[in-house]
Amino acid sequence: MRKFCFTALASISLCLPALAQAHSGHGTSGGDRPWSQADAWFDPAEMDAVRQHMQAHHGATPLAMFMLNRGEVQFADDKESGVWDADFWYGGDLNKVWLKTEGEYDFDAGKVEGAEVQLLWSRAVSRYFDLQTGLRYDFEPDGIAHAVLGFQGLAPYWFEVDGAAYLSEEGDLTADFEAEYELRLTQRLFLQPRIEAAFSAADIPERNLGSGLTNLQAGLRLRYEIRREFAPYVGVEQHSALGGTADRMEAAGGDPDQTWFVVGIRSWY
Amino acid sequence: MFSRRLFLQGGALMGLSSLLPAWARSASDGNTGLRPATATEFNLSVGRFPVHIDGRAGEAVGVNGTLPAPLIRFREGDEITLNVTNTLEEDTSLHWHGLLVPFQMDGVPGVTFPGIRPGETFTYRYAVPQSGTYWYHSHSGLQEQQGHYGPIIIDPHHHDPIAFDREYVLVLSDWTFENPYRVFAKLKKMSDAYNYQQRTVGDFLADAKARGLGAAWADRAMWGQMRMSPRDIADVTGATYHYLINGHATADNWNGVFQPGERVRLRIINASSMTIFNVRMPGLPMTIVAADGLNVQPLEVDEFQMGVAETYDVIVQPTEDRAFAFVAESIDRSGQAVATFGPRPGMRAEAPALRAVPTLTMKDMGMDHGAMDHGSMDMAAMDQSGHGMMDHDMEDHVDHDMSGMKMDHSAVMAEATWPVEKKDIKRGPGVANVAMMPMSRLDEPGIGLEDVGHRVLRYSQLRSLARNPDLRPPGREVEIHLTSNMERYMWSFDGVKFSEVTEAIVFHEGERLRVTLINNTMMPHPIHLHGMFFDLVNGGGDHCPRKHTVIVKPGEKLSFDVSADHVGDWAFHCHLLYHMHAGMMQVVSVLPSKDRMKEKYNGMDDMHDGHEGHDMPEMHDMHEGHDMKPPVEMDHSTMDHGMHEEMK
Repeated sequence: MRKFCFTALASISLCLPALAQAHSGHGTSGGDRPWSQADAWFDPAEMDAVRQHMQAHHGATPLAMFMLNRGEVQFADDKESGVWDADFWYGGDLNKVWLKTEGEYDFDAGKVEGAEVQLLWSRAVSRYFDLQTGLRYDFEPDGIAHAVLGFQGLAPYWFEVDGAAYLSEEGDLTADFEAEYELRLTQRLFLQPRIEAAFSAADIPERNLGSGLTNLQAGLRLRYEIRREFAPYVGVEQHSALGGTADRMEAAGGDPDQTWFVVGIRSWY
Repeated sequence: MFSRRLFLQGGALMGLSSLLPAWARSASDGNTGLRPATATEFNLSVGRFPVHIDGRAGEAVGVNGTLPAPLIRFREGDEITLNVTNTLEEDTSLHWHGLLVPFQMDGVPGVTFPGIRPGETFTYRYAVPQSGTYWYHSHSGLQEQQGHYGPIIIDPHHHDPIAFDREYVLVLSDWTFENPYRVFAKLKKMSDAYNYQQRTVGDFLADAKARGLGAAWADRAMWGQMRMSPRDIADVTGATYHYLINGHATADNWNGVFQPGERVRLRIINASSMTIFNVRMPGLPMTIVAADGLNVQPLEVDEFQMGVAETYDVIVQPTEDRAFAFVAESIDRSGQAVATFGPRPGMRAEAPALRAVPTLTMKDMGMDHGAMDHGSMDMAAMDQSGHGMMDHDMEDHVDHDMSGMKMDHSAVMAEATWPVEKKDIKRGPGVANVAMMPMSRLDEPGIGLEDVGHRVLRYSQLRSLARNPDLRPPGREVEIHLTSNMERYMWSFDGVKFSEVTEAIVFHEGERLRVTLINNTMMPHPIHLHGMFFDLVNGGGDHCPRKHTVIVKPGEKLSFDVSADHVGDWAFHCHLLYHMHAGMMQVVSVLPSKDRMKEKYNGMDDMHDGHEGHDMPEMHDMHEGHDMKPPVEMDHSTMDHGMHEEMK
């Protein structure tokens, strides 16, 4: 399994040259200079170097962004858990490397319930959408690696959506889909409905999943942007297990429908 | 004359005005108008220095320790020398905005010279065939945002047709205490990060009450479907900007004096990085006498919208013994800078309240519904439908000059008898929108000024005072599209960012051509062409205004005619700093004509045809330059000495 993981990592690193190319920005080299009349006045080699530098800094500046989309504590009847959902990306307009992580910490049990990390190459393929591919590794609960193919973007009417399919090293195919919308109550106060759905192509007993739509989360968060980069929020979220997944959960003594209250922070840099 | 040492010795302990050059100070600090003191040699030192802005301490990058930089004033035709020393730890440059300098003196790193390295002194030397109000600024990185700009006044060699009793220069700018690279990064990550004027649920309810739920819903649905915001008017706003007049925020109250009845000339320069300003002096009409440095036929207005990098000279003649506000309001109305003109130093006029935030319409998307009803996509019909749109507006602008409008349209609509080179836009993630029906908007006052109830300048009204020097019809026409994806904060020409450009836009020396700009974005862009004036095709016949920067409104298609007289590589870009930084830039290469090349090889010296600017010293220079073998190791501090002799 680890080997699979590292092989796939290596394959992602093959994408990095494309990223690097996006930084240097232009494909011209030595001979075909787009303009060169100043060479009559200044050292042509120096002019060439400065031109390349200058062009790269007008359109190909690589940037890095960290976004803690949800850093929250969730409360239900007598349970408390911590949830994180964070991204980091680095790159230019077209090519980026994404690192995504999501997970849950159970305060009562004092342990991490679920933790996954994705390393993706992201390619802008249209005006509002990026295609993303790479690897996901679940550190908890089961230490399984997945190949990932997904998309992320802005749908008409300002819906932020992202979805991905995952093929695990065990050969299981799952998928998830997420959509968010931001209702602007004031210039700083936002009401954000959010849904997340998970699917499985088949029964996966060892992960307690039935086939089809397995889980649904629907939440509503009220966020106040003290600064654009820092916003606390409160909200409520309904978690539902469905179909065979719900059956398994019930059989294990769990409740397939749970309502959680959430308090958290959204922050980016 | 501009002593950095003096500043370092005493400046830091004194108040705001003591940190400023005399011209930028208030009347209460002794500035009662400009002194016509010209010089021919200027020593400019670029560095970091502390500034006090809007009551807060910050650090600027600029010239001789002042923000704005010193006034450079000289006489038309004089050969001037500017020794620019870089004390920064990064490269710098100075570009002389609007000046017809030889291109290797134009100051754009990577295009016209290698830049000025840390510790180096670069000597600019030139003489220019023009007079008027101009400015200078860094063309390196984002230094301009940090305070690296100052005014230039060139006094006419002979008679100045503009009579005045007193004059001031007013440098408008925007200042942020944030690092400009951080500002840019924020825009790239969240392009509306500085926009606190979006439409809210409350606005929707108010709109539904006023126009009906269906109409309000349809309007939101339309914008939402396009994933665009009708309040996307300025990328960087008063949320971070402090708007300045001569380095003074409203609270600092820059004040100038006049004696009632005097004709006061205001040389207004928009040296902002990102802010298009609405300029007005409530209760006092302004007569525009020059635009972008060159004289225009006097035109009395109450307000005008001023693109970044444009300059306007206005004459005001206050007769009342009272203070008047000079208001520079950001186009998105998120802030303003207010100064005072009064009969006595230290007066403070009342600052008007900010006006309501404008909201864009479908017209700004190049998709006017009224126009689309005409149902044809063909170009001629598009301009025709523009008429339809204008007719709608007539009710709101009863004072519009109809004859000017007709002329405007006849000029724009004239069937091109020359070849038109249309370029395909490179579609992709960087191009969110292509204007289906771009139209002439020269007869509009600009976003937010349609219904202000007083006279607002429209480009269609500007007329050059002098007859245009080149009346040849264009030999060809080049179309250039302004393109963007606001969501990704990508800006470009023809869908190609400057970082991706592999060939320049080529002009051939001696040709007359038309450049048509089509704005496919939702924002107005002040587009600047270095090294030459262009004649804005606004229906002015042989008196079209000659400009170096023109605002292209959202969804607009406009043209200018230009004579490719000045050989060289010239930067061509949107003057909104972060748009340029994101890639909205190109290079126009004016290539020497074959005749010129032939003459060069024949060693002939006198090849100028007597056209404006042709008999300039720098042209000889250029010519010599072609014969010059560039040394392999070039020392910037000495390299132009040879030129100096040739320019005599």
